[in-house]
Amino acid sequence: MKLQLIIILGIISSFLYSCGLDNYDAPGSKLEGRLVYNSEPINVSYNDVTFQLWEPGWQKKAEINVAVDQDGSYSALLFNATYKLIVPSNQGPFRSKTNTVTGSDTILVKVNGNQVLDIEVEPYYMIRNAQFAVAGRVITGTFKAEKIITGINAKNINEVAIYVNKTMFVDFRSNVASAKLAGSALTDLNAISLNTTVPALTPAQTYVFVRVGLKIQGVEDMIFSPIVKVNL
Amino acid sequence: MKKYSILLLLFMSLAWGCNDKAFLDKEPTNILIDNQIWGDKSLVLSVIADLYDRVPEYQTLTNWSEFASLDEGFASNGGDYWRHKNQEYGYGEWSNWDYGLIREVNLFIQKCGTADKLDPADKAQFLAEGRFIRANIYFELVKRMGGVPIILEPLTYDFNGDPTYLRKPRSKEVEVYDFIIKELDEIKADLPKSSVIKSRATQGLILAMKSRVCLYAASIAKYGANTPTVTLPGGEVGIAAGLANGYYQKALAAAEDLINSGDYSLYRKKENLSENFSNLFIDKGNNPEAIFVRDFKLKSGKVEGWTLVNQPWSQAEDLEGGRLNPSLNLVQSFEKLDNTYETYATNKADGDYIYFNSPKDMFANRDARLEGTVMLPGSFYKGKQLDIWAGFLLADGTVIKGDNFGARKTLPGKTAAEYVVGFDGPIDNLEFSAQSGFYVRKYMDLAVGSGQRGVNSEVWWIRYRLGEIYLNAAEAAFELGNVTKAATYMNKIRERAGLIIPLTEADITFDRVVHERKVELAFEGHELWDMKRWRLAHIIWNGQSTELTSKPGKYDEVSTRVFGMWPYKYYNPGGANDGKYVFQKIIPAQVTNAHRFRLGNYYSDINSTIRNNNPLITRNPNQE
Repeated sequence: MKLQLIIILGIISSFLYSCGLDNYDAPGSKLEGRLVYNSEPINVSYNDVTFQLWEPGWQKKAEINVAVDQDGSYSALLFNATYKLIVPSNQGPFRSKTNTVTGSDTILVKVNGNQVLDIEVEPYYMIRNAQFAVAGRVITGTFKAEKIITGINAKNINEVAIYVNKTMFVDFRSNVASAKLAGSALTDLNAISLNTTVPALTPAQTYVFVRVGLKIQGVEDMIFSPIVKVNL
Repeated sequence: MKKYSILLLLFMSLAWGCNDKAFLDKEPTNILIDNQIWGDKSLVLSVIADLYDRVPEYQTLTNWSEFASLDEGFASNGGDYWRHKNQEYGYGEWSNWDYGLIREVNLFIQKCGTADKLDPADKAQFLAEGRFIRANIYFELVKRMGGVPIILEPLTYDFNGDPTYLRKPRSKEVEVYDFIIKELDEIKADLPKSSVIKSRATQGLILAMKSRVCLYAASIAKYGANTPTVTLPGGEVGIAAGLANGYYQKALAAAEDLINSGDYSLYRKKENLSENFSNLFIDKGNNPEAIFVRDFKLKSGKVEGWTLVNQPWSQAEDLEGGRLNPSLNLVQSFEKLDNTYETYATNKADGDYIYFNSPKDMFANRDARLEGTVMLPGSFYKGKQLDIWAGFLLADGTVIKGDNFGARKTLPGKTAAEYVVGFDGPIDNLEFSAQSGFYVRKYMDLAVGSGQRGVNSEVWWIRYRLGEIYLNAAEAAFELGNVTKAATYMNKIRERAGLIIPLTEADITFDRVVHERKVELAFEGHELWDMKRWRLAHIIWNGQSTELTSKPGKYDEVSTRVFGMWPYKYYNPGGANDGKYVFQKIIPAQVTNAHRFRLGNYYSDINSTIRNNNPLITRNPNQE
């Protein structure tokens, strides 16, 4: 009786052990960082900007799409290997820089344990010095739009906008109040001012999150200022 | 031992007794084989009928819910509310890569070409029909995916271990359009010139299709300039702007050929213009306007359930209906009879409601197509008046309404309970009720029993009709700068709708072109392709939760959410307006997100399985 029990237990534990032998380890190396321009993060809208990681050497080709968060940060759990990182063209309010090692827009990333990697890109514009002032329920945002890419590849501003939301997701989709100004109506890029009135919120809330965004002509994704929490 | 030998001999003789050839070489009894089919005209007809039926279609009578994916309608059905909650359209949406079907059509063409027992005239017609179906499939593909590999013979794998010789790269988008146009030109002479044939290819259909194909190519060439990133360097997506005029000229010529041939005419059989317009879609007897249809027949197994799923709840013949609710976005687009646009005014300048004796008064003096397309509150269907009203509005502003069809409550000052909401709703979140305040009328069958699951309807789906051809001609003429011609063609369509004040040359703008197609061709499966080829889709469905536009005649107004308008009965005993109707504009509670059409949606995703199997296939733009 006792022997039988020991044998059964032995069989069961060998099953359990073999699971560990048969399966791959889960990817455990964390690659994280931000999209930056001169070490300043690029703020974008959620789920809109992604870049690709390719791990060469497999029979079928499929990219790992890494989404960039609103504050320009990203993270991915990966296997230890050498990946090719590509920021696709027409992705994001920027263009990718030529990598000095590969001579193209591809960046080689050697993942071996956790790693922090900031990806340098070149935005068409940067939003500088965004300030928000509250008067009653009117929020006024002022900022400077700095043209980064000039010359033949320069693009004009389609529109600028201020967005206000109850939660920390703030963009053209998720907002309770917004105001826009067409790019053609801008006279001074150094002092752009927009204001909007926050409607009554249910349930009542004494604070909101706000940021300003800039849409570039012919570019789908907008660039934003960092999200700021303001008290009403 | 001897006994066994004899037995063995006996068995062997039994085995000999079979005639192996006849025994193993049996004709199958469950399928027809090639030389049976290709000797018999009626069998070939059933093969081609199957192919006709399998051409992919997006919005059609048998998938009502797709009409609620854009901004024409609201889906009043529990399983389809997600269409109004999506944050964006997926890149894979609308994609199609059915090369299995193309292979079958190619096999048909190949075998038809070598068939020698058919009458030569029949054979030529079948061959032309096969090529028509193939061109049609390529048109459906190029609308969705851009340039695709053009495969013109059935590909067969020789099992040598290396399938790479079967890989074909994508053609340029313009090459696919040119291929379709060339095919149409070549097969035209082999097809019958008859306006009575509606469900097979005819010469009239070739002209109709050519005008549509050329118009699509032309507008992609012209308006593609507005979205420079929606192109591929190899030309698989995008058409050079310089080619636009040539295509517009071809589109105009084909449309005019058809119009001037006199084989088809606009449908005018009923005195009442709205009734006339709705009858155009359900009248299958000697319909002069329909050019090409997908036909259905009662008791044949091939029936459609459009009437079943969309019938008003108050007179439903079965336990369902009311699913597709036209949006206020569409309803307010119909012009007034003096050719001006006007949104519906629910309140006076001082904020008080405007009171109507009948809910239909709200919609008076509008384009007759409004009532022909939409069932409005207070209108009739199958001889019975609809019961669309959302509740009682009291003088102090409170609303008394129920939460089920025809719910009863006691009004203040009364003792007996009475109905406080119509049997058609509208009731928020209640499926099958008119949640936008409207039901759809286009293609709704009037036959008794058409709303029963066991019966269904045999109303056909019109794929091409002369009305569209007039609008194709008008658009092409407008783009070529010939506004006189554009006005003439557009006025033909408008006059039938009761808009008898003709548009002048100065009135013809791009706004008018877009608007006329929107109201004439609503619920006919044109909207998505039109908005794509004009490169307007990312502008009008931009993902922003914008209020309903006040300029329904403008082509680039944002329309990301579907709105509704509900009638209420005003309850104020003793007051002057007691019992009259007032209206409120609403947004259905299930509409929680705005449609967002991204640049990557213009051409659908070719998925990674396809691209891995054939590395020559390039990915569509803006999807990474």
